[in-house]
Amino acid sequence: MAKYLLLKHYRGAPAAVNDVPMDQWSPEEVMAHVQYMNDFARRLEGTGEFVDEQALSPRGGWVRYDGEGRPPVTDGPFAETKDLIAGWMVIDVDTYERALALAGELSAAPGAGGKPIHEWLEVRPFLGAPPTITE
Amino acid sequence: MDEALLRTLTPTVIGVLGRRGAGFAAAEDAVQEALVEALRVWPDDPPRDPQGWLVTVAWRKFLDAVRADTSRRRREIVVDEEPARGPGAEVDDTLQLYFLCAHPSLTPASAVALTLRAVGGLTTRQIAQAYLVPEATMAQRISRAKRTVSGVRFDQPGDVATVLRVLYLIFNEGYSGDVDLSAEAIRLARLLAARTHHAEVAGLLALMLLHHARRPARTRPDGSLVPLAEQDRGRWDTRLIAEGVEVLQAALARDRLGEFQAQAAIAALHADARSAEETDWVQIVEWYDELVRLTESPVARLNRAVAVGEADGPPAGLAALAELDPSLPRHAAVAAYLHERNGNLGTAARLYAEAARAAPNLPEREHLTRQAARLNAELRS
Repeated sequence: MAKYLLLKHYRGAPAAVNDVPMDQWSPEEVMAHVQYMNDFARRLEGTGEFVDEQALSPRGGWVRYDGEGRPPVTDGPFAETKDLIAGWMVIDVDTYERALALAGELSAAPGAGGKPIHEWLEVRPFLGAPPTITE
Repeated sequence: MDEALLRTLTPTVIGVLGRRGAGFAAAEDAVQEALVEALRVWPDDPPRDPQGWLVTVAWRKFLDAVRADTSRRRREIVVDEEPARGPGAEVDDTLQLYFLCAHPSLTPASAVALTLRAVGGLTTRQIAQAYLVPEATMAQRISRAKRTVSGVRFDQPGDVATVLRVLYLIFNEGYSGDVDLSAEAIRLARLLAARTHHAEVAGLLALMLLHHARRPARTRPDGSLVPLAEQDRGRWDTRLIAEGVEVLQAALARDRLGEFQAQAAIAALHADARSAEETDWVQIVEWYDELVRLTESPVARLNRAVAVGEADGPPAGLAALAELDPSLPRHAAVAAYLHERNGNLGTAARLYAEAARAAPNLPEREHLTRQAARLNAELRS
């Protein structure tokens, strides 16, 4: 088993096929979308593959250390930030192929017109623990 | 409280319920519930007869579950879904459990989880923590696994090779959370070895013991990896090594060589060397030749190239490596090592950096990054 992060972007991913901003959907379409995502997570729990899911606010800023005894410096948010993460799901699956198949299903969540969004999701393997037997 | 005893008793008690007519899935559920109750109750009120206590409580849990299925029809299905075995059948219940939990119809992850619960006597929560997934996810993985094997007859001999594969996976997962999976795999392998005379069961047990012996020297207190050649061999566990060598010799004497015995033989040769310099690399190459013959494994070929580099010099190692597919995991790391030994420091530094980017886990990535940094610093000075 290996864990993968399925990463969803507000910005930075290539354009989706059904690329209509969510605030332009009908309320029913929004509800159908949320329902799809919930059902998907519950189904993965049922298959023993679900680990975690979280959504992130698009708001937030930058912060860095500014030297001993000084408060951290903050900056932003930058409206022009190219890459803005919207949320993620963590799955624990037998193969990379399975991770791709599940990401594909997640990308089919319905959007405007009740049609699949076909949005691009980033699939990233976790760095796990080292094996005990190495030679 | 003796949690180890509780774990040892688990497969036996599942066997007892099976003999009384409970199907595997229902018996396993009932015993898991009894186990959780024991963990709660025993610390304050230890039973005089632990096995008797577990059987009584598990049987009551089983009957409760059957009664809870109000429909009589449903009740019959529960009892009939798997052929129950009558008393007196000459079968080793625990051995049958190993086979069932490692059944080829299960995915590796399911087989691992089911084995840890039904044979290992771990709770779902402990298994979930060890594999860093939510308890609900692990519970579902286990109940799906049980559904998958629900049609499997409980009284037919299974395939030892699939059981060994599962135990190997558990051992290799190492230590995370409060469950020491390596130690648990060794315990399960010992239990299995006591019940079969299969040379590869002994081979795997020996392999585990010999690698477990090195654990105190494998990592620094900060969790970083210490390569074999740099390990403080005074910290290897000589008792485990002695046991591993003894188990391996007995296995090899049966003259039924297999991959685990070959791997254990390599580990034994490392264990035998008082310093890295004293390692008998010529014999290790011979065992890798056996291993490659037995498994055709590309990983074995890659490790063989390292051994050839030590036995016959880095150019020979690089020649052996040149025959392998560069896309193999850890290929760049092996190439970096051999190039450094061959004096090509620039190439080695570049390959270490490349290997670090492709590393499958954090300690390995940090180790490889340090190697690249060390060589780059050397090249600058």
